[in-house]
Amino acid sequence: MKIAIPTETDNLDSLFHPRFGRAVSFIIFDTETEEWEAFPNPACNSHGGAGVQAAQFITKHGAQVVISGDFGPKAYNALAAGGVQMFLAPVDETLSIRELLARYQQGQLNQVSAPTNPGHHGSPSQG
Amino acid sequence: MRIAVASGKGGTGKTTVATSLALSLDTTRTMVLDCDVEAPNAHLFLNPTFERREEVGILIPQVDGGRCSLCGRCAEVCQFHAIAVIGQNILVFPELCHGCGSCTLNCPEQAISEQLDVLGIIEAGPTPTGVYFARGVMKVGEPMAVPIIRELKRWDIEGGATSLSRQQDETYDWETIILDAPPGTSCPVVESVHGADFVALVTEPTPFGLHDLRLMVEVVHELDIPVGVVINRDGIGDAEVDKFCAEADLPVLMRIPLDRSIGAGIAQGKPLVAIRPEYTDHFRDLYRRILDIVQEAEL
Repeated sequence: MKIAIPTETDNLDSLFHPRFGRAVSFIIFDTETEEWEAFPNPACNSHGGAGVQAAQFITKHGAQVVISGDFGPKAYNALAAGGVQMFLAPVDETLSIRELLARYQQGQLNQVSAPTNPGHHGSPSQG
Repeated sequence: MRIAVASGKGGTGKTTVATSLALSLDTTRTMVLDCDVEAPNAHLFLNPTFERREEVGILIPQVDGGRCSLCGRCAEVCQFHAIAVIGQNILVFPELCHGCGSCTLNCPEQAISEQLDVLGIIEAGPTPTGVYFARGVMKVGEPMAVPIIRELKRWDIEGGATSLSRQQDETYDWETIILDAPPGTSCPVVESVHGADFVALVTEPTPFGLHDLRLMVEVVHELDIPVGVVINRDGIGDAEVDKFCAEADLPVLMRIPLDRSIGAGIAQGKPLVAIRPEYTDHFRDLYRRILDIVQEAEL
């Protein structure tokens, strides 16, 4: 089972990034082999549709689970279409990727069954 | 002659100038296009009777699942991530789509057809003064104004907005088309003024007026369109707008003083030339100066 987590940098001790589409990188961790790899997020500076682009990217790399602090409606729909399970990271705590993976493996994270925000598209910052 | 009236800053008097300029000309050969599709208001001063109405928008992809091979070429060429191939599914996100048609053109299986996603309406009709009027109205909640403005302009060029009351075979020939642009300097403004022979920039002599005038002058220079300035609420603020116009070689074509009676009349939906009939001559002078500048620019 491959798990994708949005991160600030590129190793297991880096902090997770609370926003899925705009993360700097993704760490994809394989629970069977315990091997992992970091990939720069191609959607990081996208003008729009970052969630859709990031969802396509991680599914291409075989992720079946995503842990994020936030799932917008388009990212949610795209991930759901790919059969990806979504789990919510606690955004009020500062956790490393390693700590977050431990919480997931202990069954402490909640699975998401709907988008967790109304979407960023058309927000003022996008001009 | 296509004259766009724009401003940068909102509330400077674009619609006041656009409508009264139209009413001062040969009204039966003049058309006004309200391009401020997010908040159209020129109809309040012209009182049109709409006789044509059309839904407009962009063409968004519709994928035939039977033909689609999930190759992902559509998602690769989409600059807006409006179409995605994930697993065995293909998803379209209409709110991200700009209607460019790249996915349809690039699909090797011809699995994509296009359907209209309605963003708003355009409507047109005559007014009691003889001026013909057309406007766009964006649907509440839609983020993109540009496709509506583009269709509004195209409609006029292709004759869709020709008055039904005229003979079918009569070739209409507008002498003057006045485009009332939205405020700001972003894409909808660029679309509104693009293709105009002249841009009249309405401003007020305040720091805010000057700040946004500077930005708009840059836009118009970039588009290489002859430009002049109308100073509204003249007498308030300071002399900085005049100073800027002199330094930037921008002709000040007209001044409308701050006058409570004008403000009160506008608030009642009266055009400036109805409140103060002597302004008809001032607007004709404005038009002559615009013609001179455009002719000079063409030489």
